[in-house]
Amino acid sequence: MIEVKNITKSFDGKTILHDVSATFYTGKTNLIIGQSGSGKTVLMKSLVGLIKPEEGEILYDGRDIMKMTAEQMKAIRKEIGMLFQGSALFDSETVLGNVMFPLIMFTDKSHDEIVERARFCLERVNLKGAEDKYPSEISGGMQKRVAIARAIALNPKYLFCDEPNSGLDPKTSILIDELLSDITHEYNITTVINTHDMNSVLGIGENIIFINKGYRDWVGDKEKIFTTTNQAVSDFVFATRLFQEVKDYIVKTEKPEK
Amino acid sequence: MIITKSMSDFGRYCLFIARVFSIPDKWKVFFRRTVTEISKLGVDSIPLVIIISIFIGAVCAIQMELNTTSPLMPAYAVGLATRDIVLLEFSNSILCLILAGKVGSNIASEIGTMRVTEQIDALEIMGVNSANYLVLPKIVAFVLFMPVLGAFCIFTAMLGGIGVAVFTDLISLSKFTYGLQAMFNEWYVWYGLIKSLFFAFIIASVSSFFGYYVKGGALDVGKSSTDAVVCSSIMILLFDVILTKLLLQ
Repeated sequence: MIEVKNITKSFDGKTILHDVSATFYTGKTNLIIGQSGSGKTVLMKSLVGLIKPEEGEILYDGRDIMKMTAEQMKAIRKEIGMLFQGSALFDSETVLGNVMFPLIMFTDKSHDEIVERARFCLERVNLKGAEDKYPSEISGGMQKRVAIARAIALNPKYLFCDEPNSGLDPKTSILIDELLSDITHEYNITTVINTHDMNSVLGIGENIIFINKGYRDWVGDKEKIFTTTNQAVSDFVFATRLFQEVKDYIVKTEKPEK
Repeated sequence: MIITKSMSDFGRYCLFIARVFSIPDKWKVFFRRTVTEISKLGVDSIPLVIIISIFIGAVCAIQMELNTTSPLMPAYAVGLATRDIVLLEFSNSILCLILAGKVGSNIASEIGTMRVTEQIDALEIMGVNSANYLVLPKIVAFVLFMPVLGAFCIFTAMLGGIGVAVFTDLISLSKFTYGLQAMFNEWYVWYGLIKSLFFAFIIASVSSFFGYYVKGGALDVGKSSTDAVVCSSIMILLFDVILTKLLLQ
């Protein structure tokens, strides 16, 4: 579990995150949603330690990463897997090489064991047969799956995904969402997903944190979001006519959120 | 304003170098990457070095012959002067200025692209010291291979001069080769070698610095690549003056 307590972050005198608190649960897909410029990327980068907030606490199962030394932080990073928006695969390495990378750097396994583990991770994300291809030779969806395989190679306790569906077609987006959800439950990982994709919100949102203008405005899940009385969340999630119609249909059959 | 920015950049460069020169996470990975970089930065530069050196050696010989027509000058002075120009300046300073363009832009654009595509962030998230992992093998590889490039340069530049003697009637081959061997000062070779090691370090480290701290997109990577070449070239010229004063006086 990751707990964020009262974090505040400013850039050039402008406060981006205002006293944000949130809890990200183990074994659940935790989603951070919000409009562009709302501060969710800053929150995500603060969570993984790329940005240091001025105030507050970020607790990884009780361990405050903001008070950690560089060595302690380095150790905790081995428990973290991250999926970047653009996949961030190493261009000079093959698909297999990318997945092997964290295993080579942080384990004392033999080469054969590393290859075996990397192949297992690739099979887990349904990428058997693409081992020898380079990132430039595979599609965006496949790149995302390689990045997921790389992120889970070291059996992380925490998985962070920055807009995992950006640039993907709806069908591939659903596949990636299902994969992330399956991996989260299968390995009991604390997964934090930063997303704009409303299909993801309504499909895998077990714990949803809505960030609005730097404030944590709403917390709930994919069921509660249909009946929320928070206008900002409602306007954001049900911005399209299709989602609005879906919401109207559900609201007719359910009671409003208390 | 410019002075403040320069001082700030120099401070960042020093901190960057401190991060680069930390102990590698895995020595095996470091050695593997160093060998790859020797191939990419060093071996791949050999054709360029050979082509440029042959022509510069030939031009030096022609210029010396055409511009030093004095009855007081022995004919072998053309070979001697060509050799000394190559040993003292061309095989290190001029060669490194040329390599700053090829190797420097290669390093800055490679690392800059990794920065803007979040590959460096990915390394950091994993707990890898990205500056050490990416940059140290490049610096070590280029500094190690620079003497080899210098040797290729000296050898082929002299071949260029010999080519002038063989294929033109400007100077006889025997006098030119005699000049190449006459009054040889071994220290000139060491002087050139020491300078080239400094310059190799400047090219690799300054270019890496510009690439590592790039912000933005593809345009900014291009700009950082240009800045890296310009800054490396200026630093090479500055250190050329300093080292020449220190080593030859």
